[in-house]
Amino acid sequence: MNTLIEAVDLTRVLPAIVPVTLISDVSLSVGEREFVAVTGPSGSGKSSLLYLLGLLDKPTSGMLKIGGRDCGPMDEEERARTRLAMLGFVFQFHFLLPEFTVRENVEIPMRKLGRLSRLQMRERATELLESLGLAGHLDKRPDQLSGGQRQRVAVARSLANDPPIVLADEPTGSLDTKSSEQVFHILEALVRERNKTVIAVTHDVEMAARMDRRIHLVDGRIAEP
Amino acid sequence: MRLILDIAFTHIVGRGRQTLVAILGVAVGVGFSIAMAALMQGGQDDFVEQLVNTMPHVQVTDERRTPPRQPAEEVFGTVAISGLRPREDRRGIINPTAALAWLRGWVPGHVAESLKTQGVIRYSSRDVGASIIGVEPDAERGVSPIVGDFVQGSFDRLKAGGNNVLIGDTMASRLGAGLGDTITAVSSTGLSRNFTIAGLFHTGTTARDEGEAYVLLKNAQILGERANAINEIRIKLADPDAAPAVAKRVEAELGYKAMAWQEANESILEALVIRNVIMYTVVAAIMLVAGFGIFNIISTITHEKARDIAIMKSLGFAEGDMRRLFLIEGLAIGAAGSLLGWLLGFSLVYALSQVRFELATTGQEMTRLPIAWSFLHYLLAAAFALVSAAVAGYLPARRAAKLNPVDIIRGAT
Repeated sequence: MNTLIEAVDLTRVLPAIVPVTLISDVSLSVGEREFVAVTGPSGSGKSSLLYLLGLLDKPTSGMLKIGGRDCGPMDEEERARTRLAMLGFVFQFHFLLPEFTVRENVEIPMRKLGRLSRLQMRERATELLESLGLAGHLDKRPDQLSGGQRQRVAVARSLANDPPIVLADEPTGSLDTKSSEQVFHILEALVRERNKTVIAVTHDVEMAARMDRRIHLVDGRIAEP
Repeated sequence: MRLILDIAFTHIVGRGRQTLVAILGVAVGVGFSIAMAALMQGGQDDFVEQLVNTMPHVQVTDERRTPPRQPAEEVFGTVAISGLRPREDRRGIINPTAALAWLRGWVPGHVAESLKTQGVIRYSSRDVGASIIGVEPDAERGVSPIVGDFVQGSFDRLKAGGNNVLIGDTMASRLGAGLGDTITAVSSTGLSRNFTIAGLFHTGTTARDEGEAYVLLKNAQILGERANAINEIRIKLADPDAAPAVAKRVEAELGYKAMAWQEANESILEALVIRNVIMYTVVAAIMLVAGFGIFNIISTITHEKARDIAIMKSLGFAEGDMRRLFLIEGLAIGAAGSLLGWLLGFSLVYALSQVRFELATTGQEMTRLPIAWSFLHYLLAAAFALVSAAVAGYLPARRAAKLNPVDIIRGAT
């Protein structure tokens, strides 16, 4: 099994008059096709860890490798490129761009990467959205969709550039039970059928129990549940 | 880059109302800057123009800059002479025919000769001191400030009769005389002659309306007992700015004092420099205020987009992409606003140019607001708006792009 994410002694301290330690000496490694839950009480640093792994935040100290490449010496441009090609994000709130249609939202990361022709991008976006049950909503704007539908668009967008890793921050946190279940199944299908690695932050113990592996955080450190 | 342009376009079009407000904000700033600049510049141009129009551009008089040396001084320069009575030269411009022919040969404009003597105009026992100016009507037409300003009669009637005189309306009322009345002109040498009033003019310059009487040149020469003499050559140029050069050449050749209008009005022109400074300060202040308005609107829009900046960063856009995006949006709004502002400015300037008002004192002069139409104003205002808009888009975007997306994502609900 290839290692996709490798972290050694990751620490993130918020600089302030009294510095706040968000993450403290976290070491972990995640391989291909893993379905990982990050759990813990609120304020334990779940999301902070996810943002560090997703290159949205920089660790104060420690080492992080994504796809075998050391992210420490990367400049801002390179981190952006790595996010674009290697990582997909799904947040608690859908975070779609409100002025663009559903399909355009999915196309934007592809256009930024620029590997496909415009026609191929369109086809791929349509395919992804249809596979997530959004066939009839391609040309709608995000505010015309329900919460569950928006979250599925966000999942489609995270898959746009076919990244090996999808990071989800409380993906079901703002959804009702039925929609939560739907989104969970989609994430699970990403691992089983599309061979992605999914790391999802959740406070839902029952959901975490259904995933392959659990990382439990307490006060920014990995702890036994 | 294409993608960035597309996103910018969608942002601008997608937020119709806000975009419209921003564009209008820019347009108002640009429009009013243009209108104010046109008004201020117009006022100044009008002032200079009146200055230039009411007087000859170059005035050659029979004076010299340095008094001519007396013959005795030429011969006995090193010895003291006392009790010598200076020779009295013949006054006036010597050999006027040749001088005029020479001038008419090269001066780009009109040249008119005249004889100006001091005298008194008398009518029914009222005396008014006056400059009695003898002119050749055909030549005078090209340089005279009074031709177009007749209240009664006309300039042409000076030619019609041998003893016609044109006087200002103020002088006429002081004399109690009207059109067709016969007045008596008395020269400084004591000679007197009767003239018929053939026209009354009102130039708006009190000294002129009250103290000038125009007669035919030969009449003035008879009255002043100075046959064939002239003591003033007035030149009106096609280009007033060429006056100093012309004056210099004339003075070098003829030896008489030739004064360009710039020299004659040096103190006024100096005051205009100060006025200029005030004008540019005011226009700059208006543009600065407009610039802040533009900055405010566009930076607000950019601030509101902080969440989108975080989203796009999480998708894999770099900081540079975000800065470019909002710089383009700011410039686009600035450009659209500038174009609309040009239209607004043009309309405002046009409207101002249509404003007419009556000067209460005389009741007969209708005046328009002086307006300067200058493309430079439009360019300056647009350039200022574009720079403000670009800075307003760039600075907040730079800050937002630098922000950790995490802070924005966490804060969002």
